[in-house]
Amino acid sequence: MCLAVPMRLVRRDGPVGWAEVQGISREVRLDLVPEVRPGEWLIVHAGYAIEVLDEEEARESLEMALRASEDPGTVGGGP
Amino acid sequence: MKEWTSGLRDPGRVRGLAAEMAALDPGRPIRLMHVCGTHEHALCAAGIRDLLPEWLTLVAGPGCPVCVCPASEIDLAVRIAALPGVTLATFGDLVRVPARISLAQARTRGADVRVVYGVADAVALARSLPDRTVVFFAVGFETTACTTAAALRASPPDNFQVLSSHRLVPPALQALLDLPGETPDGFLLPGHVLTVTGTKAYEDLLSRRPIPMAVAGFEPLDILQAIRAILEQVRRGRAEVVNAYPRAVREQGNRAAREAIAEVFEAADAPWRGIGTIPGSGLRLRPAFRHRDAGEVFGLAPDPAVQDAPTGCRCGEVLLGRQEPEECPFFGNPCVPDDPMGPCMVAQEGTCAARYRHRRA
Ligand code: SF4
Repeated sequence: MCLAVPMRLVRRDGPVGWAEVQGISREVRLDLVPEVRPGEWLIVHAGYAIEVLDEEEARESLEMALRASEDPGTVGGGP
Repeated sequence: MKEWTSGLRDPGRVRGLAAEMAALDPGRPIRLMHVCGTHEHALCAAGIRDLLPEWLTLVAGPGCPVCVCPASEIDLAVRIAALPGVTLATFGDLVRVPARISLAQARTRGADVRVVYGVADAVALARSLPDRTVVFFAVGFETTACTTAAALRASPPDNFQVLSSHRLVPPALQALLDLPGETPDGFLLPGHVLTVTGTKAYEDLLSRRPIPMAVAGFEPLDILQAIRAILEQVRRGRAEVVNAYPRAVREQGNRAAREAIAEVFEAADAPWRGIGTIPGSGLRLRPAFRHRDAGEVFGLAPDPAVQDAPTGCRCGEVLLGRQEPEECPFFGNPCVPDDPMGPCMVAQEGTCAARYRHRRA
C-alpha cells in the first residue's frame, strides 16, 4: 500500500488540487481538507489529503528536537 | 518548511536523543509496541533499534492493513473478480497476498484485476469502463477508510462498488491488551491514523486499562521523542496519551474525515489475521450505501473455511509482536519479498519485508 507523505499544495480547483514535494508533483483530492489554501502543507495518503500540517507546530517540533539533543553539532536545516 | 524534515533526521541529534534514553532506565526490561507499517519502515531505515538501550525493545504489532486482512476476505475478492463483467481494483500489495489463490493468480486465469494508487483511481476506472462493474477492494485503517468514504459521498458512477476490508485501530489495541500473556508496557500510536481520529478514542482506552501511549510522527526524531514520552510516563507511573506529533495530530482529529467515515460506514465485528475476530473493529457500508457493497450486490460472503496460514508462515505471531521475523525459520530462505510465503513479506508495510529489506549485510 501507499505510505502517507507530506506535500505542499500548489494550486486547487474545487475538490482537486496539485501538490508537490521534492520535485514530484501529483493530483490530490481535497474533499477531506475543504479549507486548505495553496502554499499549505498536506499529509497525502492514497491520493487524498487527510490533514493540513501546522507550520507553527512543525517549527516547534524541530526546536524541541534541537533542545532535546545533547549533540552540539551544526544547526543545519533549521527553519 | 522543507528544511525541518532534514533537521528531524540529523544523525547527530538522533544519536544524542537516543543516548538520553539511558537516563530513563526504570531498572526492568521495557517492551513497547508500535502498530504502524510506516513506523516499522522508518525504524528499519534509520537503524533506530540499534541506538536504543539494552533494556528497551520495540516490537511491531498489527500495523500493516494488508497483513491483517484475512485470507477469507482475499478469497472473496478473488471470487468477485472472477464474475463476468467485473473489474476488481485494489492496492498493488494486496494482489500478491497468498490465499486459496492470490489475486495475481486469478488474473492469470482471466480475471480483470487492476492495481490502483487509491480509490480515486478506481472511480476514474469505473467512469472509463461504463459497461463493467468496477469493484474497489478497500483495505486500510482510518487513514484509508476516510478516502473510500469521501469517494462514495462524491457521487461515483453507478457501476462503482466497494468490498470493504477496512479496519479500526483502537479496537485492535484493546484486543491486544485483553489477550492472555504478556502485554506491552506502552504503545507508540500511529501518527497518520490519529490525524484522522484524534487522540480521544485512545484516551477512552485508558479508562479500561492504564497504559502509557504517545502519538509518533515518522521522522527519526519524531519517533524518539514519542518513545521518550512513554518512558517518562513509565518512570513517573503515569498512563496518558501524549501527542508527540502535534504538527499533524489534533485532539479532535480531522472532523471532515471522521464525519465521512461515520456517514458511510458502521462498525462491525471483523476477523484479523493472527488475532481472530475483534468486536467492532471492521467497517461495513451503512444501509444507505448497500447498493455499493459488492458482497451484498453479488450475494457473496467470506468463506470461513479459508485458512490464513496453511504454509507454516508465522505472520500471526509476528503481527502480535510475539515473534520477530528473524525468528521465523523461513525468513530470507525461502521467504523473500519476491517470493513471499505470507503477507508480512508481501506488503511494503509488512514487518518481515521491512526487516528483510533493511537487514544487515
Ligand atoms: S518470514 Fe515469511 S513465512 Fe516467516 S512469518 Fe514472515 S512472511 Fe511468514
